[in-house]
Amino acid sequence: MNKFVRQLLPFISLMLIICIMSVIEPDTFLTFENFINVLSRSTVEGIMALGMTAVIITAGIDLSVGAMGALCGMVGAWAMIAIGGPDPHGFALTIGTMVGILTGTVCGLMNGALITALKLPPFIVTLGTMSAFRGLSLVMHSGKPYDVPGYHYLGSGAVMHIPVCIVIFALLAFLAILTFRYTRWGRYIYAIGSNTEAAFHAGVNVNFNLTAVYTVTGLLAGIAAMIATSRTVSAQPTAGIGRELDVIAAVVIGGASLSGGRGTILGTIIGTLLISFLKNGCLLLGISSNVQLIVIGAVIIAAVTVDQLTRSQSKTSPK
Amino acid sequence: MIQQELNENFRQAALRMTGISKCFGPVQALSKVSFQSKTGSVHALVGENGAGKSTLMKILAGVYQPDEGTIEIGGKMCRFEHPHQALDAGISMIYQELDLAEHLTVAENVFLGNEPEGIFSFTINKKAMIEKTKDLAQSFNFEIDPAAIVEELSTADRQIVEILKALVRKSQIIVMDEPTSSLSEKETGKLFDAVRELRKQNISIIYISHRLEEITGLADDITILRDGRVVHTEPASKLDIPKIVHYMVGRELNEFFPSRSIRIGRPVVKVENLSCGKLINNISFEICSGEIVGMAGLLGAGRTDVARTLFGINKKTSGTFELDGKIIEINSPADAIKNKIAYLTEDRKKTGLCLHLPCSWNITLPNLASIGMKNFIMPKEEQRIVEKIASRISIKWSGPDATVESLSGGNQQKVLIARWLLADSVFLIFDEPTRGIDVGAKKEVYTILNDLACAGKAILFISSELPELFGITDRILVMRRGNLVGSLRTKQTTQEQIMHLAAVEK
Repeated sequence: MNKFVRQLLPFISLMLIICIMSVIEPDTFLTFENFINVLSRSTVEGIMALGMTAVIITAGIDLSVGAMGALCGMVGAWAMIAIGGPDPHGFALTIGTMVGILTGTVCGLMNGALITALKLPPFIVTLGTMSAFRGLSLVMHSGKPYDVPGYHYLGSGAVMHIPVCIVIFALLAFLAILTFRYTRWGRYIYAIGSNTEAAFHAGVNVNFNLTAVYTVTGLLAGIAAMIATSRTVSAQPTAGIGRELDVIAAVVIGGASLSGGRGTILGTIIGTLLISFLKNGCLLLGISSNVQLIVIGAVIIAAVTVDQLTRSQSKTSPK
Repeated sequence: MIQQELNENFRQAALRMTGISKCFGPVQALSKVSFQSKTGSVHALVGENGAGKSTLMKILAGVYQPDEGTIEIGGKMCRFEHPHQALDAGISMIYQELDLAEHLTVAENVFLGNEPEGIFSFTINKKAMIEKTKDLAQSFNFEIDPAAIVEELSTADRQIVEILKALVRKSQIIVMDEPTSSLSEKETGKLFDAVRELRKQNISIIYISHRLEEITGLADDITILRDGRVVHTEPASKLDIPKIVHYMVGRELNEFFPSRSIRIGRPVVKVENLSCGKLINNISFEICSGEIVGMAGLLGAGRTDVARTLFGINKKTSGTFELDGKIIEINSPADAIKNKIAYLTEDRKKTGLCLHLPCSWNITLPNLASIGMKNFIMPKEEQRIVEKIASRISIKWSGPDATVESLSGGNQQKVLIARWLLADSVFLIFDEPTRGIDVGAKKEVYTILNDLACAGKAILFISSELPELFGITDRILVMRRGNLVGSLRTKQTTQEQIMHLAAVEK
């Protein structure tokens, strides 16, 4: 019962926010456009959070996704300009997108390899790579952005009135749910996070599976970064500063445990939406973005507190 | 005269718990339990897991509050709302999982939260702390260096640190919960000397253990709990192991081990000159199909290292390993599992189970590929397979989705056994499979082992408990300091002979 409530709680909070806002601001909040807007704003963090969920379930953390995103955008945009000139179109954009995503994958692979081969704590490795990735993206074009005016399909294009980025997020989220539920890899991710030693003794190739988790997280960060780049039609070397914390917050609000073994994709999606609707609500109510930060901070702490309380309650009954 | 006798009784009963009852929801954990322990005596508390020993002790320590009943300490009625109050009343608990600050010294641990003041009230007089610890240790004949870092101490010495901690707080009653479960024979001896010293100095010890042999040797009185009730209390001198087991389970000891009709086949496992660094040295042995081979030895003799090397956790440095007539190279547990080798590790919580994942996931973890789920899982099919295997060894759970941590120790062990049954291994290594599980579950484990042997599996059974080795094996290998020093037919040897081989240098 407790477990059920625990999983349902973020969802109930999300519904609560939507209901309250619908009552207060029915004209501006409760519109198709606003919902689409909120959803598409949450896609960048949301896609990164899918990978972060896997990382956190393995009892790891990836602090580098924000900086990695900036680097992916920069490398991707550089490739577009290198192939298609100052105003790249068509083919150049596609190749650039691929290059950007590949950059993320390679960065993720590097994180994974450092963590597993050198047996270093993920926190330290990704703290280091976060700094390095940020530095690289600043060095690339001497701190200046790359403008790609023609690159708007991912950020603001639409398929049947639904923004492309939402479609991509939905597809990836669906794939992630399937991965956790129906693949051996998904199962191994939980096992490694719950008890690495035990997973190893049960024949799980821990290093390989962990490296794969960080690599896929890099890949997802790359996809998210290209959406972010397309949204602003330019790659900023300073893009996504602090984004990793929003992403981690979404995963944690969704019920994942930083000590590993617990977490779901559905929870993460709800966590992401919760933050987005909260931000949107604040915006519509005219609450300044500075106050927003306080509100979101309070929500994170409240979510984890409630989670801890329900968990310790179920523990006090003996055996 | 009568008055004097009364006084005598009064002095003797350090602790008297009367009519203690405790419910957890619908579960009656304790019903009208009465228990007393005298000053300067060791009172053993035994019972199967779930019999209520821990609940009773947690009530004594103020962790739980009883629904009814009273606690008297030294003749004074007490009521503990909080563990601090119990501590102040002179009750110390030493739990199985010791909670010491590993990076601090012995003296710092002993005085933790109780430090003698230095020049200022917020400084610590380290010298006084070390001196006092030394004096205290000496007055009880404990040999321990107060300046040693706890991390570097053996488990027995850590127990002694815990005891010193209790003594500093002037505890009159010390409760020890399974203190020897991870101690070697020699360390156990050391701990027992300490306990006897405490008894001599009029401290009363309540001692919880599954190891009945040690209880009969150490305790003055024994109280046996079953299903939340006291079934028997008697001086230890009047009880023996078969009687205790009888009270614990209502069964006799000779029904304890399954009868074996041995049909030993061809050799399945052939290990030749296996070495692994300094851990094990030139080990050679064979195990036939249908044979249960025991492995005896003291803690640190290298028994677990043999298992770890065979299973690919440790890299072997030389030697060959033949399974079913084929020489195999094992470099990781994954290799071993592919070759149909199973290893039930000695520490189920640390290296066996993913405690907060569902039982079914734990059971199928190493087997996903072999039950036709190469890369994709079919939950329904998985559930069916798991339920089938669980009913075969009657695991008690609320369902395959229950988390492993919600099960009792015995059932947790059965989840791991189910895992290896499902793997359909040819060669199974069981490392201390009955450690920390209750008598009833032990019996079931023996039956499963026996059934596996009857089905033609080769089994290596590592155990520190000689009676169970004698009860179930066909042959016993003896290890000492990384060497194999004996291979004996179980029927033609004695416990004394095995102990001699294991413990005595030639």
